[in-house]
Amino acid sequence: MSTETPAVRVTDLTVAYGELPVLWDIDMDVPAGKLMAIMGPNGAGKTTLIKAILGLVPPAAGRVEIHGGLYRDQRHLVGYVPQRGSVDWDFPTTVLDVVMMGRYGALGWFKRPGKRERDQALTALDKVGMADFRARQISQLSGGQQQRVFLARALVQDAQVYFMDEPFQGVDARTELAIVDLLKELRTLGRTVIVVHHDLQTVRDYFDWITLLNVRRIAGGPVDEVFTSENLKLAYGGRVEFLQRQAPCDPPPDAPDLGSYPGRIRP
Amino acid sequence: MSWLGELFTDYTLRTVALGSASLGLVAGALGAFAVLRRQSLLGDAVSHAALPGIVLAFMLTGAKTPLVLVLGAALAGWTASLLVMLIVRTTRIKLDTALGLVLSTFFGLGLLLMSIVQRSAGAGQAGLDRFLFGQAAALVGDDLKTMAALGALVLIVLVMMWKEFKLLSFDPAFAGALGLPVRFIDIVLTTLLVVAIVIGLQTVGVVLMSAMIVAPAAAARQWTDRLGRLVILSGVFGAASGLTGAVLSSLVPRLPTGPTIILVVTTITVVSLFIAPRRGLLTERLRRGRQRRRVRADSVLADLYRLAAQHADPAQAPHAAEALQTMSAQAGVREGLKQLTEQGLVESDPDGLWRLTDAGLARGAELIGGVS
Repeated sequence: MSTETPAVRVTDLTVAYGELPVLWDIDMDVPAGKLMAIMGPNGAGKTTLIKAILGLVPPAAGRVEIHGGLYRDQRHLVGYVPQRGSVDWDFPTTVLDVVMMGRYGALGWFKRPGKRERDQALTALDKVGMADFRARQISQLSGGQQQRVFLARALVQDAQVYFMDEPFQGVDARTELAIVDLLKELRTLGRTVIVVHHDLQTVRDYFDWITLLNVRRIAGGPVDEVFTSENLKLAYGGRVEFLQRQAPCDPPPDAPDLGSYPGRIRP
Repeated sequence: MSWLGELFTDYTLRTVALGSASLGLVAGALGAFAVLRRQSLLGDAVSHAALPGIVLAFMLTGAKTPLVLVLGAALAGWTASLLVMLIVRTTRIKLDTALGLVLSTFFGLGLLLMSIVQRSAGAGQAGLDRFLFGQAAALVGDDLKTMAALGALVLIVLVMMWKEFKLLSFDPAFAGALGLPVRFIDIVLTTLLVVAIVIGLQTVGVVLMSAMIVAPAAAARQWTDRLGRLVILSGVFGAASGLTGAVLSSLVPRLPTGPTIILVVTTITVVSLFIAPRRGLLTERLRRGRQRRRVRADSVLADLYRLAAQHADPAQAPHAAEALQTMSAQAGVREGLKQLTEQGLVESDPDGLWRLTDAGLARGAELIGGVS
């Protein structure tokens, strides 16, 4: 497997706002067909990492390859779900129209979306369970519905590699599960999905690959190997009280030497 | 209606009216994008910043040819808008501050240059005055041709790059991820806005032009939730204002065209803010009032139903309005009863006691949800 070309290869990526580096010397390989979480504390640079990979913020150094080619040549292989809060949902447009925007890149200059794009958008809306909302003005959507619309827009991009910035943010449990099912379906189709994620409890259920980030890359690889309390402590610093109950890759809590258990508050 | 005939026969009026209408159309259409992108003040900055360009163009060429002055205005306005974009991109200064800085600096420079020209060239400056507050009456056939040609160009580019402009306005980050040259599209859209503004400067003036960018779009936003309709409606509002303003100022002596156009367009905006369906202040108020009255009547009905339900024969159990008032947390029991009477849900007997009709009983059961 190691000889295969990774879906995403990031080499020496550094991003700085002013003097302070936001991302420092990131190396990251993501094998194709993985469902990967990017995790880390607030300010760790998770969103910036995605934006730097997509060329939306200029890196100070580094390069990004997608399926063996430079990002700018392989851009058509990449789909993107930005944070829901990054747009004005009072914009005068409809659900169907937003989803069709996913085809604008492939359409080329001066061409208008037509029946083909419309059909693709409807199929994608059907997939996310939003077909009945196609004509809805986007300001009349709930948070979970907005998220589904953004997902549908990414689906019509028909990409090989998807980057999603907090797709579970502010959605209810049912929508979250529906989205996860969709992501797993994409993985089954051999697509690579990279997700900025926050909930430590669900990592093992949702993802098979993980990158822990805190300005630097702390650790990365299969969830089974990397999602340990040792690594979480490195990524989240000392603030790991919340890890007591879990860190599922650790030896069971009744194992000896409880004192070394990270985050455990000693009496 | 004699002005209607004059519109077709009086050459001056026709020129002024057509010129004002086309400036309103183009400014309205482009203004829709400025408003949606929260760049309403960019129009203000660009129009004020055009002044030094106009004066400099005059100083350098010594000509008062409209095309030369308009070119100067466009160059200065364009420079100012790029400067604003550059400041926002490269420094920590936010858009509103950058706009304020650029606007006042350019406008100050314009006033300074103007007073220099006035001192050295005397009356030669007279023609530049009209760019401050606009002078539609001075429009001639050549001006109209220039305005129409530039306006048509702007609208053609707008139609051709429609989907790019739409995506840029809604979600620039996604546009960038798709590989669209976001900065280039931004510059094109801003350039169109600059041209739209420059078209109107001679008629409306640098001080008032920003209203032609903002007001039609703000009005149109009240009426529609679709970008296409918004841009068309905004253009129509702008054109109608231009036309109406021009005709009004020709009917009333000494009424200046530019300010009249602005007053017409702001009137349209204020009216739209109040009476537009769904978004209008007045419409919303009426709707909320209706809803409040309905909820109040429902709660009176529910109270009466609860009282009646304690009796063996609910239909024959009248109650005093005062009893209902003690049950209700809010005022308006009598008003609620009046409304319910009109709907045939309750009736009062000669003693002034209230009881539910059959329809009222059914509705009460519905409201209480079967709990007796």
